[in-house]
Amino acid sequence: MIDYNTAVVLAGTSLLGAGAGLIGTFAVLRGRALLGDALGHAALPGVCLAFLMLGRRSLAAMLVGAWLTGVLGILVVAGLRRATRIKEDAAIGIVLSVFFGGGLALSRFIQTQAMQGSQAGLDTYIIGRAAGMLQGDLFWISAAALAALLAVIALFKEFRLVTFDTGFARVQGWPAASLDLLLMGLVSLIVVIGLPAVGAVLVAALLILPAAAARFWTERLGTMLAVAGAFGLVMGAAGTAISATVSRAPTGALIVLVGTCLFGASALFAPRRGAAARWVDHVRFRRRLREQAVWRAVYEATVNEAAVYEGTAPRRPAAPPIEPLRPIDTDELVQRTSYKSAQVQRVLRQAERTGLLTRQFDGRYLPTTAGLDRAARVTRGYRLWERFMSEQPELTGSFARLDVESADEVLSSQVVAELEAGLRALGRLPTVPGKGPSL
Amino acid sequence: MTWPDLSAMDPAQAFWTIAVGALSNASCAVLGCYLVLRRMSLLGDAISHAILPGIVLAFLLTGQTASGPMLLGAVGIGVLTAVVTQTLHVSGNVPEDASMGVVFTSLFALGVVLIALAPSNVDLDLDCVLMGRLEEVLVREPWLGVEVPLKFPSLLAVLAATAAFVTLFWKELKIASFDPALATAMGISAAVVHYLLMGMVAAATVAAFDAVGSVLVIAMLIVPAATAHLLTDRLGWMVGWSVVVAIISAVLGYLGDILFDTGVAGMMAVGAGLQFLLAVLLAPRHGLVSKLWHRLTLSLRIVSEDLVAVLYRFEETTGETQTAGVPWNLCRRIAGGGLTAWLAAPLLWWRGEVRPVSGGRLRLTPRGRQSAQSLVRSHRLWEAFLGEHFQLPLDHLHESAERVEHFIGPKLQQRLASDLHQPGRDPHGKEIPVAKEPE
Repeated sequence: MIDYNTAVVLAGTSLLGAGAGLIGTFAVLRGRALLGDALGHAALPGVCLAFLMLGRRSLAAMLVGAWLTGVLGILVVAGLRRATRIKEDAAIGIVLSVFFGGGLALSRFIQTQAMQGSQAGLDTYIIGRAAGMLQGDLFWISAAALAALLAVIALFKEFRLVTFDTGFARVQGWPAASLDLLLMGLVSLIVVIGLPAVGAVLVAALLILPAAAARFWTERLGTMLAVAGAFGLVMGAAGTAISATVSRAPTGALIVLVGTCLFGASALFAPRRGAAARWVDHVRFRRRLREQAVWRAVYEATVNEAAVYEGTAPRRPAAPPIEPLRPIDTDELVQRTSYKSAQVQRVLRQAERTGLLTRQFDGRYLPTTAGLDRAARVTRGYRLWERFMSEQPELTGSFARLDVESADEVLSSQVVAELEAGLRALGRLPTVPGKGPSL
Repeated sequence: MTWPDLSAMDPAQAFWTIAVGALSNASCAVLGCYLVLRRMSLLGDAISHAILPGIVLAFLLTGQTASGPMLLGAVGIGVLTAVVTQTLHVSGNVPEDASMGVVFTSLFALGVVLIALAPSNVDLDLDCVLMGRLEEVLVREPWLGVEVPLKFPSLLAVLAATAAFVTLFWKELKIASFDPALATAMGISAAVVHYLLMGMVAAATVAAFDAVGSVLVIAMLIVPAATAHLLTDRLGWMVGWSVVVAIISAVLGYLGDILFDTGVAGMMAVGAGLQFLLAVLLAPRHGLVSKLWHRLTLSLRIVSEDLVAVLYRFEETTGETQTAGVPWNLCRRIAGGGLTAWLAAPLLWWRGEVRPVSGGRLRLTPRGRQSAQSLVRSHRLWEAFLGEHFQLPLDHLHESAERVEHFIGPKLQQRLASDLHQPGRDPHGKEIPVAKEPE
């Protein structure tokens, strides 16, 4: 069903995508994503110049030309950043637009000079046309992808070090600058090899999209590399396949759009970092906060704390603090928590099902022993946090997690003991069986 | 290649090409100043890519670009691009440059595919997306009694809107660009200013897009502003210079097209790039040549000062002022032996501080002796000061004094001397000379 040519193109773009995914991972993590874009744009005049010099199409010469002007562009960016007051973003923009403008002017010049076979050949390098890929091209693409793979395997540890902490790498005696240069060299290799298939304008997407999509799935570099490589492969293959069926659409753009879909799907549905997962997290968080607010209200409504504080009530650990307990109705809880009535009722019904509350004939609720225990625990945790935040406001941002029911899981026992002492002095420390105030 | 005859160009075409180019360039350049200052050049780049699908869709639906509703739509897309980039960056944890790369390559690819899938009778192809159709300025229609190119009124309107925007919000834009925190503290919402600016960028981009193409839009957003940034330190001048650069780019682009037949748009980008290069080299304060000149004059001053000091010390050790002098080769070696050492002696001779005597030797003139005494006085006063106040060992004094001596003026000399109670000798026991008027 698939003819030989299509198979060659498919293999080529898949390998290209996989290699780009691997190298792109480092480029994106290292903050070099848009340098790849500048490289791609700056490669165009090189292609045109090579054509002008030779007077005919020659893939090898054009790619060499592309690499030369692309690298020149990167050097100009680095030079501008170092020697002038121009910042990196502006330097990238300048190189990208001026080189590309020059490339377009050259290609128009070649076109109007009516040199043989001009038009179609150069257009390929602007927007990409993988269909023109030959077996010889496939060889070079495979070689580049393989080089990327080997480099990543051989230098995994070094690249990781340079990517995440260049300063530390240098201090440890690694040749950080050379490794950085090697990484940049691999990026330029992928960009140049990708030019004929994807085109100067979009070739950066090959580096950026798989890596940015993979970032949503994992926190580990090794996994991220694998996922990015796989995404790149799928991107290249699927884009080419679609382009083969919809003949008029340029391959490069379709490859990029497949990548966009992968990225979008990752951003929405990835397990922990995706938007859906984060939304679920957010909903759960709100629900936990709501439950805790209701349990606090239950505690405050049923337990006469003032009596405990004034010493008129018996202070016995591991026993229900005050008897008899006052039944509570929903309205009071709604008022105390300022949540909607339906939300409060949902919490109450669930508590009834799990045997924490009993519902009296008049519709009011009474906590069971277990329920009272829960209410006291929640209130204790909340008040510990409350006290922590007023005592150590500067640590609040890094420590306080209001949805964690007991502060004991987060704070050290010593800090908890101090906070408890403070609360006890105010008479605001709930009696929790097993954790209650000892006399 | 033959040089085309410049007299053959059509004055009307020349005028309108340059006028339309200058108009679209100018509004981009003015807004670009703020992008460059806020280090958001690449967001402008992203927006100019991102509006492509919108333009294509509108073109397919209405058959024309740059209509009123389209401008509004573009403003929306521009703001949306900024928002999506920001959202991906902040809540998706994608690095900012990568999120920009994702957004603009995706939208641009979408635009390319839309163009490719458009019915073939639609007059929109990739070339005109990239390069615009500035060549079509001869298609004119009457507007306010004058025959003007089709795009002229809308470009003029956008330029007027840009000017109004910048004038009205001058203060706000300025504060938000240089000190966002201060702006927020003063009650100017940095976010509102940011999104207004992005909206204006999108409008200017759309208006310019049809005339000059996407490449030139990026070039004109960034390059004139960066050039102006090198030329001046004041915002008002920067905006003015950027407009000048933009207009010159339009002229250069047109001339380039006439001379080399390369299309106007690409050549305008190259013209802007050339001006930028000139600014990098020749800008009064921030240019490389001026920096190099400052460095050269400084090192020349230091070397020649060192040279007279050496001659003076020689006189001191031999104890006579009419000695045979010091061999020129030796002087050069002492002065460091580089290019500046070669230049120093002729310079001193020209200034009348040394004169050559027989045998390739140099001798101080009375005037040279005076300046040498002043320098050696600085040197030894500094040594005395260090010895007095820092208790450094004797062999640590010279090196520091050798550096500092060139930067101690008469006032500091006086203060050092009075601080040390007019010392006669330095810690090494050498006499601290007093610069005497030559007899």
